[in-house]
Amino acid sequence: MFKAKIWKLGDDIDTDIILPTEYLAYETVEKMKPYAFSPLRPDLAAKIQPGDMIVAGHNFGCGSSREQAPEVVKALGVSCIVAKSYARIFFRNAINNGLLLIEQPDLYDEVSEGDVAEVFTGEEIKVNGKSYPIASLPDNLLEILEAGGLVKAMRKKNGLA
Amino acid sequence: MGHTLVEKIIGNKVGHEVKPGDIVTVPVDWCMIDDIMVPFAVQKFQEMGFAKVAKPDSVVLIYDHFLPATQVDDTRHFRVGDEFAEKYGIKNIHRTDGICHQLMTEAGYVKPGDIAFGTDSHTVTYGCVGAFATGIGYTEMAGILGTGELWVRVPESIKVEINGKLPKNVMSKDVILRIIGDLTASGATYQSIEFTGSTIDEMSIASRMTMSNMAVEAGAKCGLFTPDEKTCEYCNIPFDDSVKALNADEDAVYSKVLKYDAKDFVPVLACPSLVDNIHPVAEAKGTKVDQVFLGSCTNGRLEDLQTAAAILKGKHVAPFVKMIVTPASRKIYRQALSDGTLQTLSDAGCIITTPGCGLCCGRGGGILSDDEVVVATNNRNFLGRMGTSKVKIYLASPATAAATAIAGTITEA
Amino acid sequence: MGMTMAEKIIAAAAGVDACTAGDIETVTLDRLMSNDGTTHLTIDMYNNLKHPRIADVDKLVWIIDHNIPADSPKTAASHKKMRDFAREHGITFYEGEGVCHQVMMENHVRPGELILGADSHTCAYGALGAFGTGVGCTDYLYAMVTGTSWLLVPETIRINLHGKLRKGVYARDLILTIIGRISANGANYKAMEFVGDGMASLSMADRISICNLCVEAGAKTALMEVDDVALDYLKDHGREPKAIFKSDEDAIFSQVIDIDLDEIDPIVAKPHFVDNVVPVKECEGTKIDEAFLGSCNNGRIEDLRVGAEIIKGKHVADKVRFLVVPASRAVYKQALEEGLLDIFMEAGAMVMNPNCSVCWGACQGVIGEGETLISTGTRNFKGRAGHKDSFVYLASAATVTASAIKGYITSEV
Repeated sequence: MFKAKIWKLGDDIDTDIILPTEYLAYETVEKMKPYAFSPLRPDLAAKIQPGDMIVAGHNFGCGSSREQAPEVVKALGVSCIVAKSYARIFFRNAINNGLLLIEQPDLYDEVSEGDVAEVFTGEEIKVNGKSYPIASLPDNLLEILEAGGLVKAMRKKNGLA
Repeated sequence: MGHTLVEKIIGNKVGHEVKPGDIVTVPVDWCMIDDIMVPFAVQKFQEMGFAKVAKPDSVVLIYDHFLPATQVDDTRHFRVGDEFAEKYGIKNIHRTDGICHQLMTEAGYVKPGDIAFGTDSHTVTYGCVGAFATGIGYTEMAGILGTGELWVRVPESIKVEINGKLPKNVMSKDVILRIIGDLTASGATYQSIEFTGSTIDEMSIASRMTMSNMAVEAGAKCGLFTPDEKTCEYCNIPFDDSVKALNADEDAVYSKVLKYDAKDFVPVLACPSLVDNIHPVAEAKGTKVDQVFLGSCTNGRLEDLQTAAAILKGKHVAPFVKMIVTPASRKIYRQALSDGTLQTLSDAGCIITTPGCGLCCGRGGGILSDDEVVVATNNRNFLGRMGTSKVKIYLASPATAAATAIAGTITEA
Repeated sequence: MGMTMAEKIIAAAAGVDACTAGDIETVTLDRLMSNDGTTHLTIDMYNNLKHPRIADVDKLVWIIDHNIPADSPKTAASHKKMRDFAREHGITFYEGEGVCHQVMMENHVRPGELILGADSHTCAYGALGAFGTGVGCTDYLYAMVTGTSWLLVPETIRINLHGKLRKGVYARDLILTIIGRISANGANYKAMEFVGDGMASLSMADRISICNLCVEAGAKTALMEVDDVALDYLKDHGREPKAIFKSDEDAIFSQVIDIDLDEIDPIVAKPHFVDNVVPVKECEGTKIDEAFLGSCNNGRIEDLRVGAEIIKGKHVADKVRFLVVPASRAVYKQALEEGLLDIFMEAGAMVMNPNCSVCWGACQGVIGEGETLISTGTRNFKGRAGHKDSFVYLASAATVTASAIKGYITSEV
């Protein structure tokens, strides 16, 4: 179980919002961090603390395949994202970077920014005394997630530490 | 039970029947890596510890987002790509030839029935020739470089059937925008969209590309067209039994079927700032614009330029309005040179840039500032995509774009 | 006592019978050119004036050429400010029509005029016997508001040209040789006047190229006598001279230089100064990453013809980016009609929209760390074309094109 403070965003949070093209070519994700979510909420990246979670509506991460998007969210220290649904490329990219994504249909409509959630991975999320059931990921994805991302999974496969 | 087109393509490659929901590992025919993602893919590849690239001839590096370079670090991406190619024996590199998604079929790589992955979401474009193609992140691309394969979940399919003749001023862009509006931006998430019907049969490959290109804007994993004689001519291959077999069975099962009568389509816009915010052009008529953009992997092809030129011929872009034209590839630029299209567009006052992603990727080519309005033929109108978050982006067909440039306000062709 | 051409133009503009080098005169200006490099700053200052007014709006010409199409929200905002102001006040306005000095030569400059431009290469107008000089935006604002400016009457260096340039040697080689001889500050505050039998063989394109670069020797202006070549050019562009001046036989020159055109060799200016000139053969073999054919110095049809003839049937070297940028829309169209654009595109060059491009070091073709550019642009200062640790060599259209083909600096065509 882990506890996380909620930052709430809307539906269709696209990859240009998560990280605009202007900053994509920065050599390190550290340099990209301040610009995360900047078209929508320029101050958000500075406010997010390690361990916080993002709660959003439908189609989180829609748009481009830019993997800098989940990487920068992970680098901000976000523990997980809880959304009604995800765009598929973002979903794969997040898992490949070891960023936990949870699908939950009801939570978004019933919580407020600043609320604190308790996450029981693969079981439920508790917020304001209410429980929201969550599903577990398919095995092949869990493997990647548990290895700490696809790079580490591949290193293992290639006999490296 | 019958199979959809995507089930057949994947089934052929893995050597057994597949059904939606199956997770299978597929061999990869083509890996496309664009310039933005090259250094990241290379870094992940190295971190993964691979000694060699599994199938160097399947890899295509294309520099297009950063051409012409606008920032001092841009050319680093070319250098990293060149060094990687040299070290691992990758011979397919396009350094200044145009947009990746145009080149992957135009230059003869992707053929019907192939499986292709690219580090850009609009990789779905190659569905125009009946290939299973989709966008992935650079970490997965690094994995494919090393292994030559990738796992996929076999998608459910949505069938979109359109029959009849489209009205004169309606282009395939209007059709796909309307479909996205009906499906919503997440309506096809994880799924394959199959386009069929007599209207589709009549369409050029270029028009089909516009539609497969934008399938991802409804969240789709791929947007497929059944390969036909036109496809084979475009791909320079015989229309033989192996191609004819790439056809959904009559009893294939779809999660959803959308049917349209072609005559019901009207010119539409995706209004700010979501691709599924679709309205007839007529509803926004009169909205003042500052700039018009004709180009991108969605609508930067010869027929798009020709359509705009026919409307602009003998006329001029409105005063204080810019119309920027960015042909999708070197080949298209040259074709438009030789048939007089570029001359007509230049005479009308268009600014014709070198082929590349241009404005669509937001790194140059006509960035806008607060409170400006742009009508653009590309695929995304997200907040901040072409400048500040106060820029209003309307997506439209080349015909609507050209007519709007002349009027200086949004208008139908 | 006799007067120089510069003294005569200033005297006429000051409404006095005579003036002498060293005098300070208040002159009424014929034309005021400003571009998107600094106009937004001028507008900010203008708006802060207590009683803002424009003395004579018909004399203002504003041109967006440096960052077109815009490459960032910042440049887009400065363009919008300029566009809106020009529209509100009825200022003659060009956007995307070409490099300011070329647009001015094609459309506005007349012999005998005194023109201020908020750009250092305004001295190019001397090719038509006009006194053009560059100013900063504060001087520009003063001139815009009052219609006048003060000028220190310059001394004149007279350069006598004899004979004819050999085949394969160009005006660019000549002016670089002269700058190398008198140094980058050898003509500070002075006018450079070109006369002699050698003038007859120089086209308008050659003359603009020569005058344009005089500021790199520090000159306040450059001047050439108005002859049939100049008058024909004017006539072709539908204009008449304002007044034709030439220096008196007994005028006083601070220095007289004689140049035999037949003795000029192909030259390059090495990093990081324009006067750091050597024969091309001394740099032969220096590896390049990018080549640029364009700018107010060498982006005219004559330059494109030189380049096209060399590259026809050949190909740009692997990994080299060759940017070809016509100096104006008129040049673009002429090159299109003559088939030159297709020759460049076929050879793998990148044909761009008319603008300042990489000569200005932003917007298009920026070079990265450690990269080398060979350019027909105006300057090779450290960092001029992009990264602070990059290298720019200046040379003629022929040398630049030959180098693009070989991938290293060479004049062997």
